[in-house]
Amino acid sequence: MTVYVKGVVFEGVDFDDPNSWKLDAYVKRGGYAALKKIIENKITQDEIIAEMKASSLRGRGGAGFPTGLKWSFMPRSFPGQKYLVCNTDEGEPGTFKDLDIMVNNPHALIEGMIIGGYAMGITVGYNYIHGEVFEAYERFEEALEEARAAGFLGDKILGSDFCFQLHGHHGYGAYICGEETALLESLEGKKGQPRFKPPFPASYGLYGKPTTINNTETFASVPYIIREGGQKFLELGKPNNGGTKLFSVSGHVNRPGNYEVPLGLPFSELLEMCGGMRDGKKLKAVIPGGSSAPVLPADIMMQCTMDYDSIAKAGSMLGSGAVIVMDESVCMVKALERLSYFYHEESCGQCTPCREGTGWLYRVVHRIEHGLGRPEDLDLLLSVGGNIAGRTICALGDAAVMPVQGMLKHFRAEFEHHIQHKSCLVPGF
Amino acid sequence: MSANNLLTPESLAQIDRELAKYPADQRRSAIMGALRIAQTEKRHLTNELIEYVADYVRIPPVAAYEVASFYNMYDMKPVGKYKLTVCTNLPCALSGGYQAADYLKQKLGIDIGETTADGKFTLKEGECMGACGYAPVMLVNNHTMCNHMTPEALDKKLAELE
Amino acid sequence: MLEIEIDGKTLTVPGGSTVMDAANSVGVHIPHFCYHKKLSIAANCRMCLVQVEKAPKPLPACATPVTDGMKVYTHSDMAVKAQKGVMEFLLINHPLDCPICDQGGECNLQDLAVGYGQSGSRYQEEKRVVVNKDLGPLVSTDMTRCIHCSRCVRFTEEIAGFQELGMGGRGEFTEVLPFIGKTVNSEISGNIIDLCPVGALTSKPFRYSARTWELSRRKSVAAHDGLGSNLVVQVKDHKIKRVLPLENEAINECWLSDRDRFSYEALNSDERLTKPLIKQGGVWQEADWQTALEYVANGLKSVVADHGADSVAGVANQAATLEELFLFKKLLAGVGVHNVESRLRVTDPVATKGVQWLGQSIADLAQNNAVLVVGSTLRKDQPLIAQRLRQGVKRGLALSIVNSHGDDLLTKLAGEVVTRPDQLVEGVLAVLKAAVELKGATAPANIDLVGVEVTAAAKQVAESLIGKESTSVLLGNLAMQNARASELYAATAALAEVVGAKLGVLSDAANSVGAQLLGFQGAGNVFAQPKKAYVLLNAEADFDTANGAEAVAALEKAEMVVVMSPFQSCAFDYADVILPVSPFSETSGTFVNMEGLPQSFNGVVRPLGETRPAWKVFRVLGNLLGLENFHYNSSEEIRDEILAAGIDGKLDNAPAAAVTVKAQAASGLVRLAEVPAYQVDAITRRATSLQATADAQVAGQLRANAATLASLGVAAGDQVRVSQGGEALLVAVEDKKLADQVLRVPLASPATRNLGAGVITVTKA
Ligand SMILES: Cc1cc2nc3c(=O)[nH]c(=O)nc-3n(C[C@H](O)[C@H](O)[C@H](O)COP(=O)(O)O)c2cc1C
Ligand code: SF4
Ligand code: FES
Repeated sequence: MTVYVKGVVFEGVDFDDPNSWKLDAYVKRGGYAALKKIIENKITQDEIIAEMKASSLRGRGGAGFPTGLKWSFMPRSFPGQKYLVCNTDEGEPGTFKDLDIMVNNPHALIEGMIIGGYAMGITVGYNYIHGEVFEAYERFEEALEEARAAGFLGDKILGSDFCFQLHGHHGYGAYICGEETALLESLEGKKGQPRFKPPFPASYGLYGKPTTINNTETFASVPYIIREGGQKFLELGKPNNGGTKLFSVSGHVNRPGNYEVPLGLPFSELLEMCGGMRDGKKLKAVIPGGSSAPVLPADIMMQCTMDYDSIAKAGSMLGSGAVIVMDESVCMVKALERLSYFYHEESCGQCTPCREGTGWLYRVVHRIEHGLGRPEDLDLLLSVGGNIAGRTICALGDAAVMPVQGMLKHFRAEFEHHIQHKSCLVPGF
Repeated sequence: MSANNLLTPESLAQIDRELAKYPADQRRSAIMGALRIAQTEKRHLTNELIEYVADYVRIPPVAAYEVASFYNMYDMKPVGKYKLTVCTNLPCALSGGYQAADYLKQKLGIDIGETTADGKFTLKEGECMGACGYAPVMLVNNHTMCNHMTPEALDKKLAELE
Repeated sequence: MLEIEIDGKTLTVPGGSTVMDAANSVGVHIPHFCYHKKLSIAANCRMCLVQVEKAPKPLPACATPVTDGMKVYTHSDMAVKAQKGVMEFLLINHPLDCPICDQGGECNLQDLAVGYGQSGSRYQEEKRVVVNKDLGPLVSTDMTRCIHCSRCVRFTEEIAGFQELGMGGRGEFTEVLPFIGKTVNSEISGNIIDLCPVGALTSKPFRYSARTWELSRRKSVAAHDGLGSNLVVQVKDHKIKRVLPLENEAINECWLSDRDRFSYEALNSDERLTKPLIKQGGVWQEADWQTALEYVANGLKSVVADHGADSVAGVANQAATLEELFLFKKLLAGVGVHNVESRLRVTDPVATKGVQWLGQSIADLAQNNAVLVVGSTLRKDQPLIAQRLRQGVKRGLALSIVNSHGDDLLTKLAGEVVTRPDQLVEGVLAVLKAAVELKGATAPANIDLVGVEVTAAAKQVAESLIGKESTSVLLGNLAMQNARASELYAATAALAEVVGAKLGVLSDAANSVGAQLLGFQGAGNVFAQPKKAYVLLNAEADFDTANGAEAVAALEKAEMVVVMSPFQSCAFDYADVILPVSPFSETSGTFVNMEGLPQSFNGVVRPLGETRPAWKVFRVLGNLLGLENFHYNSSEEIRDEILAAGIDGKLDNAPAAAVTVKAQAASGLVRLAEVPAYQVDAITRRATSLQATADAQVAGQLRANAATLASLGVAAGDQVRVSQGGEALLVAVEDKKLADQVLRVPLASPATRNLGAGVITVTKA
């Protein structure tokens, strides 16, 4: 289910109406007005970027990088082709917001990308879509057709000289392609193996050309910002944390789903919106920003507000906004085992620490979970993790280590119990 | 290029549409789509098919093989008529992912990675499909997502798959 | 220029340098595996992590650009801790069995592990095992040892030009592999053995035959093409065990062709001769050197006395050393014989003002803005020249070809004209005419362009040559061995003049330039008019000539044939004396390469059995014949005498005379007679592993395009009988990029040794 409290991305969407995603409905609720405004009022590239900066919109893909600033890095007078890329490779466990956007409001994304293209002088864009959501890919292709037919997309947009071509690219099952440079490699028809940075995509991106990459939700927020003004967007949230954010809440709540709420909402209120804990059980822990974020125990979590700064202060990350809620029945060893398996499975295999280290981490946690743990294993996990973190080509290495560090920081006793008694403290999932 | 076409004209036309999305000197970009289209027609990718597609896209066969073996939705071994992929990643596991997988194992009498004797079903364990709010989720033949796969829902789905 | 500090040392480096470049420039060693100066940067091994001031994390030196004022610490705690951590990861799944690994003793991982590894392993889980791959007859695999540095994969793609290896799978299960069922067939594939920092890829012929510390290393020069690659020959018990490149940036860089790397197997072959042989009463008898040489001296004297000096010819292979060729010529001259021939595959000799050469240095070649190659199977004939040009193309060089086949050069071509072999002249004329038109120039008077049709392809080639700062036009083996070579040369020279290009010849053999320097100019076929006596130096008449059948027939008729060769051969049928002389590996000598550079080398092993270096044989013969000035003490003395006058002034590709060229029509079946890569000389032909490669298989094939095959009533895969003078049985193979009616039938092959010249026919066998 999807709920929005204050809508930016989902403003006016009727989730019960199967046609609400279509162009007509989108235009009716104010869609493509931002694009028209730009074209008709000949708003300059600088003005758009200034508006984006004013909005304080931070990238919704996980790293939270200020979008306006990123757009300003793009060399605007570069003589050759430049590219705009949308990252819809939503694969971070717990995250399912971009799918929702693709299915229910694809034109917001398309309009956002067209505006991005305009602002940075880019004429070609691609949207890289997660493999497992083929229906979202098909929907996107349909929406593109609609936009082209209506003159919003393609050559001479709305009669102006501005042209922008946009295509969907369907992934086929690799979490790592969410990492922006792996995504670019994949778009080039290669294995999704991240590139060493620098050079950054703004100077060496798709096909070696300057490229800007943003997340789906980031782009889908753009029309609102241009239509209503950056300041208004900022005021929806709190300073340095502008706007609303989609939180994908999963796990032990009564109503899992996507919640579009202002940044800065107390976690307790979000939990309430989700109907509270399932079966009235007690909250044990929350992973607040997708599986790569360190877990936070209930007491710390209940003190947090849902924004970048508050969660960072508590020792975790807001990440992609995936909130994984776990109740008292969850065995943390088993939870970590499943997560470690994921990173081991999804490591692209190119750089040594991650290729070799993620398997090592998983195997040790797996042993502990299966009653074969040794007392020295916990320090070994931290030491191996320390040899991975910060030494890999991309952040997947860090992402694999953070769950381990978080779990051992807050739930070490549970792991020790496992090693000593060769069994779980709690029943598990 | 192999003289006899391994794919139907419809599939080749689809591959051509993929090729048209990318700059003319970047045909390689279409390899993922081309392999997907080939697999959708033939159900799994044989070496012969990979080489054929590589030739069509004009890249070295080993480059196509790299792609086919890297992304886990490509099937390099035969699969049943319906490939069922159940997500068991943590968010799904918290809401019955493993129960769904176990239910299917027991009901189909096969383990993860196996195919039923009648060649109808192949069971796979998947990683996060980006639909955790609708757990348990299951993917049928890579392209159809099924939500809230409780045992009852699974029974109903299996009955539909003929 | 940027100023930086590495481990406290201040230095300046050019902008765009990496930390690794900077460290290398001051001799600071940073451990690494994936980094290689000739390959793209992968930064995947993470072994080169170093500390950079103000960076919160250690950074990979190989990929981190230097910035002004940067301070780098390669051995700080942070750096060493990171390096040790990486080393531990590399070792957890690597077998720790160096004593039985073929790389043991020369393994980067082993070397670094000693410095960085820990004693006991903290990894208590099961180790990964990876299935080995079949990469063909040259490279052996032990894939469990692979550390995923991806050097081999990058080599095939970037240097060899076609990605034959890939990294299949992902994560921990990533494996280096060729496409299933395929082997690595590049003509420079052996370099992946050198590139592999561990024992995952090793030499198949060398496998387990010696340990590295048992080998002594000797320098030498490669003998199978005109490049003169520098070698390190590794020897144990007076036997060559392995050949590796000796880095020389100006010649072979750090590479070696497979031919130069693996041909050594022949030097240890059973077919080596070890004693002089004399045929007496039709029976071969072993003889001592004294007897054999007296026999030769007397024989030569009496043939000259009976039939005159013109009845004797000296025939030498251009892979003989400068010293050998010099004494050979001097010896024959001493008995009045001046007929010495070395360009045995040439049927229409090209006369130039001086010695034919590359026209520039090898290093300069790839710096051209445009290069046109006329008539060459470039990748196979000149593997490392092809490689250099490929790198040039990446930097913007426009490479084009006029050729009688369309073999893929595995690089981007700016233009390509493919003709019948007997129309190569017309192919060049079309480009010339296009160039003349484009430039508004006039062709030299000896070239008649009337009736020449300017095709679109020819125009494209011409365009690629015009308006460039530096351009070269090169002639390859198929051009120089063409039946109309003089015309072809004249037309190409005219084209070079019109577009302002340097004219160059890609020498076919190790000492082609040296042979010409010595006056082995070649008046044509010495076998066409049979002589009474022949002396053959390292030349196998049936394979090293343009028309083997004719050569053998002439030799069979001769009164006396002296054969000097390291190998047994069909010389048993026609020779009277066979003298076992040293191959290049068992004698000191000099080759002059295509850029005119003399490179001297010593013998790397002692002569096998009673084999003697040929120059010493000539010295003794000279003395036996009572000739003046044959008292050389060393090959160096001979060389110094030869080179006293220098070389440079003698190199000149300008045509000696204005040959008239006029377009002709041609039709009917025509043979493209070409020497396969592994049939070029007596050594290569006996190198067993090379003979097992995919490239070697062309020696038994007839290749033609589909239309031609169909017109012959033959399908690909059929056995066919080819008649041309004699007969040959070959397998028909389709070659899409040949002109109609062209039959690509190998020369110098056992399968085609009975073929001669003239009309060719093909039937299904
Ligand atoms: C391992 C890994 C996985 C990632 N997955 C995603 C993803 O699924 N979706 C996404 O938008 N960004 C993902 N990112 C972040 C992207 O690299 C990139 O920062 C983002 O797409 C930039 O867009 P934004 O600035 O709009 O957030 C991932 C990063 C890493 C290191
Ligand atoms: S950290 Fe892992 S996923 Fe990222 S590049 Fe290295 S091996 Fe690949
Ligand atoms: S040498 Fe730098 S990462 Fe391998």
